[in-house]
Amino acid sequence: MEMIAPLIFLALLATAGFLFYKKANLIKKTIFLGKSEIQYAEPGRRWKQVLLLALGQKKMFKNPLVAFLHLIIYAGFIIINIEVLEIIIDGITGKHRVFLPFIGSYYSLFINVFELLAFGVTVVCVIFLVRRNILYIKRLASNDLAGWPKTDANLILVVEIILMSLFFLMNGADQALQNVQAPHYAPTGSFIVSSMLVPGLSSLSTETLVLIERSAWWLHIIGILAFLNYLPYSKHLHIILAFPAAYYSALEPAGKMKNMPSVQNEVLYAMDPSKAPTDAAPPTTFGAKDIFDLNWKNLMEAYSCTECGRCSAACPATTTGKLLSPRKIMMSTRDRLEEVAQNINQNTNFVDDQKTLLHNYISVEELRACTTCNACVEACPVSLSPLDIIMELRRSLIMEESNAPAEWNNTFSNIENNFAPWKFSPEDRENWAKEI
Amino acid sequence: MKVNTMAEMMASGTMPEYLFWVGCAGSFDQRAQKITKAFSLILDKVGISYAILGKEEACTGDPARRAGNEFLFQMMAYQNIQVMNAYGVKKIITTCPHCFNTIKNEYPELGGNYEVIHHTTLLQSLINEGKIVLKEGGAFKGKKISYHDSCYLGRANNIYEAPRKVLEILDAELIEMKRCRSNGLCCGAGGAQMFKEEETGTTRINIERAEEAVATGAQIIAAACPFCNTMMTDGIKNKEKENEMEVLDIAELIAESMA
Repeated sequence: MEMIAPLIFLALLATAGFLFYKKANLIKKTIFLGKSEIQYAEPGRRWKQVLLLALGQKKMFKNPLVAFLHLIIYAGFIIINIEVLEIIIDGITGKHRVFLPFIGSYYSLFINVFELLAFGVTVVCVIFLVRRNILYIKRLASNDLAGWPKTDANLILVVEIILMSLFFLMNGADQALQNVQAPHYAPTGSFIVSSMLVPGLSSLSTETLVLIERSAWWLHIIGILAFLNYLPYSKHLHIILAFPAAYYSALEPAGKMKNMPSVQNEVLYAMDPSKAPTDAAPPTTFGAKDIFDLNWKNLMEAYSCTECGRCSAACPATTTGKLLSPRKIMMSTRDRLEEVAQNINQNTNFVDDQKTLLHNYISVEELRACTTCNACVEACPVSLSPLDIIMELRRSLIMEESNAPAEWNNTFSNIENNFAPWKFSPEDRENWAKEI
Repeated sequence: MKVNTMAEMMASGTMPEYLFWVGCAGSFDQRAQKITKAFSLILDKVGISYAILGKEEACTGDPARRAGNEFLFQMMAYQNIQVMNAYGVKKIITTCPHCFNTIKNEYPELGGNYEVIHHTTLLQSLINEGKIVLKEGGAFKGKKISYHDSCYLGRANNIYEAPRKVLEILDAELIEMKRCRSNGLCCGAGGAQMFKEEETGTTRINIERAEEAVATGAQIIAAACPFCNTMMTDGIKNKEKENEMEVLDIAELIAESMA
């Protein structure tokens, strides 16, 4: 067993790593199905966004209590990973607590910090489960999350509680084994949380304790590797993609809409034919009908969204009962992306499935309700933009399908003919000035 | 008082410091015309050199672009930029946050580079420079005023302080609504919603916002956008509070208080 355990461990690690790599690669490929016409300059300001929004969670602190709770899970996740590193080295080398001889008496200090964080994570996960399932918090009880998204959210919290419990059990059994001076269990000193388990464990035989310690150790690391592979299927992927999402988030004033140089040139050539190059190819599509027409940043954002619903809670359309919900825009985009990814996985290249993001996933009524107020972008902790996607789909609706409500068609014709959205004579534009 | 057009100025061989971009609402909407007049009165009193485009002004294209009609937007932008560049326009002031946003943020890429200033920002600097002096015991002294953030000033362009600083000199009691500044609730007009029926829901956005405004107990809702003004006025009528509170633009509040 002692010889074979590291081999099994390595095989597990390699398999988990390979599967994650494969899935991550598929997601990357899917994201880059999007267009890449935008340049992302000013790396300095962008790294600042990463520091403030992703690492510093600045916007989370609009609600300080929830931000603090989230921070505990987040800090716990990052810092406890140092312990996971030791566990992985132990697994590969077949040693036990490989860092112990190097840092000696500091070892228990480190483990105590990890245990305190792990305890915090457990408590917060329980609070979050209560918030999601017992307390009525509108954005968490919304229909957007009916079905799988709700299960996904609960699953993440339950798995984290299980992982933390295994960590405590493993440490508790370890200390019980140290007390009976079992071989291989070098003395570490007492651990602050798991030592509370020791009285309950000390009546067990050494063999049983070893079995418990080893089982907890293996289940803990297998759980972590399984969780890693669950990430790409879950909203929890935000723990990775929040960083690039913050990096690529808009630096320009939020009110600026993305220009369409192709249309700009079409208009320019129509107004001033002398400027038209002889080989000017007219644009092929306008706006976005499907994910292929969106920018890759929009697609990455769909994968980054953790479905917290702060956008929809702030959206004037959602809160007044309209069909539109910015969170659902992000979720629908991701659903369509997943479908396309599967299609590509099965057929090597995308095979037309007679579906599009517009209509099959996001309806005209949803798009029509947006006031472009930017509340969703502002509310998003990592500044994802459902608004960008909405606007690109609106462009497709109008310019590809001429699908506009009658009032808008009137508005367009007024702007075109009378230079104002209302049917006034342009001659009267300065009449007010004569009345002063 | 005479409001000059750029064409008249050019004919007389002079150039104003500012182009006052009036916007469609400010030009044609009866309620918004009052805001336009109030603001030009202030400009005149302070002695700022400005002119309007008059008949040569056209919709910036904002509602067309946000509805999804990029062609129409580009046509309007092209036309307006041609006109303004021909006059050599350098600085623009406007009372409409939508025009402000479009000219400031979206025209530069299309060849229209100007310094664009919203009227609340200009009013703030005029106050700071001591150029705006108010009457003793002005009409709004001690009154409760609540400022409604325009999305295209606030979230879109990060202008939250200027309108509030301007209101401070009225010596009134300023009360914030529950959702204000970056959390401010839209009036419901943006994104070309102004020009169509609202989608089906449980309530209208302007009614929801009016409820928040009413809850402050303010006598005056200060607005900085002609569309917000219309939406809030309608919302307050819906709540049957039009006798207790009124919606006024910041320019109107200042114009009425000036010595």
